[in-house]
Amino acid sequence: MVDVLVLGLLGALLGLDVVSFPQAQISRPIVAATLGGAFMGNAGVGMVCGVLLELFAHETLPFGASRYPEWGSSSPIAGAAAAAGVAAGGGAPMALLFAVPCGLLIAMFGGWTMVKLRELNARLARHRLEALARGSARTVAGLQVAGATADLARAGSVSLIGAICALPVARLIASRPAPLAPYAMPLLASLGGAVAAGAAWKMFHSTAGTRWFGLAGLALGTALVVWLTR
Amino acid sequence: MTSVRPPVTPLSTPLVPNPQLPAAIRIAMLVRLFAVQASWNYEILIGNGIGFCVEPALRQLPGGVGGDQYRAALARQSQYFNAHPYLASFAVGALARAELEGQPSARIERFRTALCGPLGSVGDRLVWVGLLPTCSFAALLLFGLGASPLVCVLAFLSMYNAGHVALRFWGLQMGWEKGLAVAAALGHPILREGPVWLARAGTLFAGMAIPLTVMRLVDGGGLPRIGITLAVAATGAGSLVLFHGRVEGWRLALLAGFAALVLFLLRHA
Repeated sequence: MVDVLVLGLLGALLGLDVVSFPQAQISRPIVAATLGGAFMGNAGVGMVCGVLLELFAHETLPFGASRYPEWGSSSPIAGAAAAAGVAAGGGAPMALLFAVPCGLLIAMFGGWTMVKLRELNARLARHRLEALARGSARTVAGLQVAGATADLARAGSVSLIGAICALPVARLIASRPAPLAPYAMPLLASLGGAVAAGAAWKMFHSTAGTRWFGLAGLALGTALVVWLTR
Repeated sequence: MTSVRPPVTPLSTPLVPNPQLPAAIRIAMLVRLFAVQASWNYEILIGNGIGFCVEPALRQLPGGVGGDQYRAALARQSQYFNAHPYLASFAVGALARAELEGQPSARIERFRTALCGPLGSVGDRLVWVGLLPTCSFAALLLFGLGASPLVCVLAFLSMYNAGHVALRFWGLQMGWEKGLAVAAALGHPILREGPVWLARAGTLFAGMAIPLTVMRLVDGGGLPRIGITLAVAATGAGSLVLFHGRVEGWRLALLAGFAALVLFLLRHA
């Protein structure tokens, strides 16, 4: 129970970082999932979960009013779920096979709650347009504080719900024997690699010269893989 | 607090003679800039946030907090505004100066409107499609090379936030220095060439990071297993590029992940 509450608090703080404060990207999966895993006593598996989610996150950049998955409140839960699965005696592959899609699902839910929060903020602002037009400093500061507080509560709720649902299931799934488990990591890695590579092409291909940099990087990366696996 | 002029001062001359931004006010504005999006909404976007960030500077206006000029300026600055959150610092500095200089309100409003587009598009290219993915791929590269969780996380956060904090600080500085002429600062080489070089670095890191990350994730099984995984990833990436705009990879991955989980569990049962 304490685990769930602390994860809810962690998710609240990391979720706040996505848009409201301070946007230092501590909410990115590679950071947030590692923190979630570390809290459950296994930063290593938390980071592997974070790396997989980070690969997917390249496709969902936080452009202004666009709708995107919210990684801040979801990633620590995914990292914690992966760590909880391993701690329950299961293998990391099955724990991650549950934790990664679970993280994506919570991120999707978190993104939906962000849209709802923006609608709520709009309602609050609409009711105070007259005070804003009068130049009320109290109203200006009040709207900022209300927005940030609501965002904190939103992210905390998402994490709390996520943790309540995900942690017991992760423990259950990871502890069951699964003959196909050795295929879990290649499956997740190929999905993540595909999404990240596709996203990199979409982001960078229109900039002059990037093609050559990409090919050089790919050649270097592939050569390193061959060299390191020999 | 600087000296105060009577409210009859014509708008074409500075309301605050030789306007300055004392360190305490500058720090207050900078800190508030980190929360510029706290009340982001579909009505006025970050308009209220801009008012919130400019407010400490407006306290220097004749009449002080609650004075007519203070209230009129704050009302102007809290209207609709849209920009990249980091580059909003350019607008905040410039608008604070314009208000203290007593620029005509119509001119300030036109200036605000004109700034929205450039600050949004330059920021998106520089940060969301430049700095962020580049730092992320660099961190993934470190992971692929076997770095510890602490090293990966610290490297990512320090690289990204060096750029992030510097951009906010520099934007506020430039905005304050240039005032209504801040548009010229948007032609600065960092903002003009930065996205290009970040995109090149990002592509280089992506090319290196993806195979190495896949290698570390697969962890064992030798070259054939890694090669097959990379070939599947490359095919998937090609398909996603081909169906760009119609399919989102992360949604497909969500479905594929859960489907595989069910299959793996049923296979045992």
